[in-house]
Amino acid sequence: MSGIWVVIEERDGHVSRSSWEAVAAGQKLAALTGQAVNAVVIGAKTEGLAAEVATKALGKVVRIEHPLLAAYTADGFTLALQQFFAVEKPEYAVFPHTYQVRDYAPKLATRFGQALIGDVTAIADGPVFIRQLMQGRLNGSYRHTGNGPCFVSVQAGAFRADEAQAGAAPVSVFTPTIEPAQIRTKPGERFRGTAQTVDLGAAQRIVGVGRGIKDAANIPLAQELATALGAELGASRPICDNGWLPMERQIGSSGQTIAPRLYLALGISGAIQHLVGIKGSQCVVAVNKDPDAPIFEVADYGIVGDLMEVVPALTEAVKAAQQ
Amino acid sequence: MKIIVAIKQVPERDAQIRIDAQAKWIEESGLQYALNESDAYALEEALQLKEKHGGEVVVLTAGPERVGPTIREALAKGADRAIHINCADLGARDALGVARLLAAAVKPENPDLVLTGLQSDDLGQGQTGVILAELLDLPHSSLILHVDKTDSGLTVKRELEEGWFKLIELPTPAVLTIQSGGNKLRYATLMGIKRAKAKEVRTVTAAELAVDAAPVVILERVALPQKQKSTQMIPGNPKEAAAALVEKLKFEARVL
Repeated sequence: MSGIWVVIEERDGHVSRSSWEAVAAGQKLAALTGQAVNAVVIGAKTEGLAAEVATKALGKVVRIEHPLLAAYTADGFTLALQQFFAVEKPEYAVFPHTYQVRDYAPKLATRFGQALIGDVTAIADGPVFIRQLMQGRLNGSYRHTGNGPCFVSVQAGAFRADEAQAGAAPVSVFTPTIEPAQIRTKPGERFRGTAQTVDLGAAQRIVGVGRGIKDAANIPLAQELATALGAELGASRPICDNGWLPMERQIGSSGQTIAPRLYLALGISGAIQHLVGIKGSQCVVAVNKDPDAPIFEVADYGIVGDLMEVVPALTEAVKAAQQ
Repeated sequence: MKIIVAIKQVPERDAQIRIDAQAKWIEESGLQYALNESDAYALEEALQLKEKHGGEVVVLTAGPERVGPTIREALAKGADRAIHINCADLGARDALGVARLLAAAVKPENPDLVLTGLQSDDLGQGQTGVILAELLDLPHSSLILHVDKTDSGLTVKRELEEGWFKLIELPTPAVLTIQSGGNKLRYATLMGIKRAKAKEVRTVTAAELAVDAAPVVILERVALPQKQKSTQMIPGNPKEAAAALVEKLKFEARVL
């Protein structure tokens, strides 16, 4: 067993941002372990993608190519990588922690009798892999002890895409053996749920509402503050799940990614699925009754208190400041 | 359709967390526990499928004695019976070890469909369902918001990033991991709670299932996260704090 292999994911015809982050994580792991770092791209036509990846400081870039890999399926990707890793016998396999990776990497790891260490936020000497527990309220240090490859996926934004070092890597092709009958699921084309009429991504000020608002009847309190600020109203997932605000106002990994000058998080605890969506915010303000809520770890300003009291007071203060 | 729903009991969302003396996990004494959120949605999906197509809903959980009330809650909501894998060392097993327990209990049941929540609110690994599918050699799909039964199997709606979705067709038997928010959750009725008392809960010990428990991944230590930013906490009563915050946003951060 030797070497680190980074599994690259495609997005709109190019290497996805999170894949460059995984390359940076692979290079970090290489520095800690002294192992060589390589990358694979997977698909039916991978030449362009491989050429992009080959501009980085990697030992090798391999194109795993097969007509049955044109559309992602868990069966196809697992089979292809299983065959490739059986030959290469890597010490580490590094993935971006995307929805696609979550769908097949645990399956792939199981084929090798291993378990994925998923959603890793940092890699320390050992190597020890840090990931969040209890909705971001705790960090856990994980170590791989199994007799086989160590499978790791890295959280979006935890490593910097621009830290992936440049270089020139040789490219080769690996052809897996896949029969149509081995692919049991049939994916359709991707589609949007409803027409997106709210573009939170472009908003300069956003007020976000979370579970702490307690009841749909309290949403107008947040709306009044948003109106006073000239801000858009957004929400964490549970609020949209409950139907208190439309899905198109959801902020986070399954909703919109925002980058406002001011983000005001009301009663949002700060689960990672939400935090990845607000990373680009310039100034984050959190109001929460729980002083230990993880949202305060990423906030510039914080107020610990009851939303029912603090939010109307904020609305008044904003109005007063404008006069 | 015979559906098995794998559920997990987790600490309540708002529970106060204290790290235990060995810094290996959290202090469990005095913690309040609840049904994991996405597992509640998996159970709801199963109950709705049964209402539409008939069949049986069996809940399956691994955990120590304290999971009893969570099993009763699932039965009160409408599950027909339960299997409890009595396992005091769940935390010492990794995702593969836990899935091996569940797979050993699922296999003799020969279900048409196995549902789990997308991920647990405590460990958040989001792997149990996918590994379970591999161990049972069944097709799977994850992050599912909606399930339709078709003549040849299922059509499911899978969530992707940034507001995108995909429809996926797959044959049964299959394993699906259910994302929160696809359905409206029901509450247990008084009648449901009453009926639950008479429903079967079969207990099997982890030892009886005789699966490999040796972990390949270990959680060595837990710690409180370090702050990424230096947060200015603004003191005072709501009115004072609000005025002080607006002042700072205007003149210090210059975002107003």
